[in-house]
Amino acid sequence: MSSHEHAASLVHRDDVGARMGMWLFLFTELLLFGGMFLLYSVYRFTNQAEFHLAAKELNTVIGTFNTIILLTSSLTMALSIAAIQKNNVNLSIFFQLVTVLLGLAFMVNKYFEWTAKFHHGIYPGSEELLVKSPGEILFFGLYYVMTGLHGLHVLIGMVIILFMTSFTIKGVITRDSYVKLESAGLYWHLVDIIWIFLFPLFYLIT
Amino acid sequence: MEKNDNHSQHSHGYGIYILVWLALMALTAITVTVAGINFGNLTVTTALLIASVKTYLVLTIFMHLRSEDRTFRIFVAVSIFFLLVSFVLLFSDYSFLR
Repeated sequence: MSSHEHAASLVHRDDVGARMGMWLFLFTELLLFGGMFLLYSVYRFTNQAEFHLAAKELNTVIGTFNTIILLTSSLTMALSIAAIQKNNVNLSIFFQLVTVLLGLAFMVNKYFEWTAKFHHGIYPGSEELLVKSPGEILFFGLYYVMTGLHGLHVLIGMVIILFMTSFTIKGVITRDSYVKLESAGLYWHLVDIIWIFLFPLFYLIT
Repeated sequence: MEKNDNHSQHSHGYGIYILVWLALMALTAITVTVAGINFGNLTVTTALLIASVKTYLVLTIFMHLRSEDRTFRIFVAVSIFFLLVSFVLLFSDYSFLR
C-alpha cells in the first residue's frame, strides 16, 4: 500500500508539453481551414459580382447573433479556467455549462438558418441553385462546407466540454491539475477564431 | 514565466477577460456597421483587419499566449506566417491571370 501511495505522489506531469501538443493539433486545424480560406479567396477574386449577389441571400442578423453568442461562449470558457485556478469548482462548472449552452444556441440558430435556406430551395445540388451562375453555386458550396465543418467543430467542442465538466465534478480537474480544461478551452477558442473570419467573409459582403 | 512550474503563470483575474470580451463586442459592432458603408475594395480589407485584431485578442488573452512560454508564441507566429505565404504565393499567380 505504501509503495502505491509513493508511486501516486510521484506522478510525472508535463502540463506545458500537454498544451504544446494541443497547439500542434490546432496548427493542423489551421491547415484544414486555411486551405478552405485559400479556396474561398481565389473563387471570390475570380467571381466578385456573383459572390456579392449570392451573399445577399444570407441572414446578417442571424450571423451577427451567432458571432455574439460564440464570442460570449469564449468568455465563459476563459472564466471557467480562471475560476478553477481560484479553486472555485462550482463556479467553474457553471461557466462550463454556460459555454455548452451558448454552443447549443449557436447550433439552434444554425439549424433555423439552414432550414430557411433549404426551404428557399438553396442547398447543394438543388434545382434552384443549379440554374444560378457558376460563381453563386461556388459561393453556396463554400458556405455550406465551411460553416458546416465549423458547426461540426462546435458540436465536437460541446461534447469535449461536457466531458471536462464531468471530470471537474469527479475531481479529476482540480486547481492543481486543470490542463485538460485548458486544452479544451484552446480548442473552443480556435473554433471561435475561425468564426471571426467566416462571419465577415460570408455574411458581410456588401 | 517560471518554466519549472506547470501552472504558475496565467492566474489572471476575471476582469481582463470581461474587458477583452467588451472589446470583441465593440469590434463586432464596428465590423457590422462598416459593412453597411461601401468602401469598395477597402471593405474587405477593413473586415479582415478587424478580424485580425479580434484574433490577436483571443490568442493573447483567452488562449493565454501572453503568459505562455516564448516557444508557443514563436510556433504560432511561424504557422500564421506560412499561411500568409500561401496566400501571397497564390495571389502572385492569380492576380496576373485576369
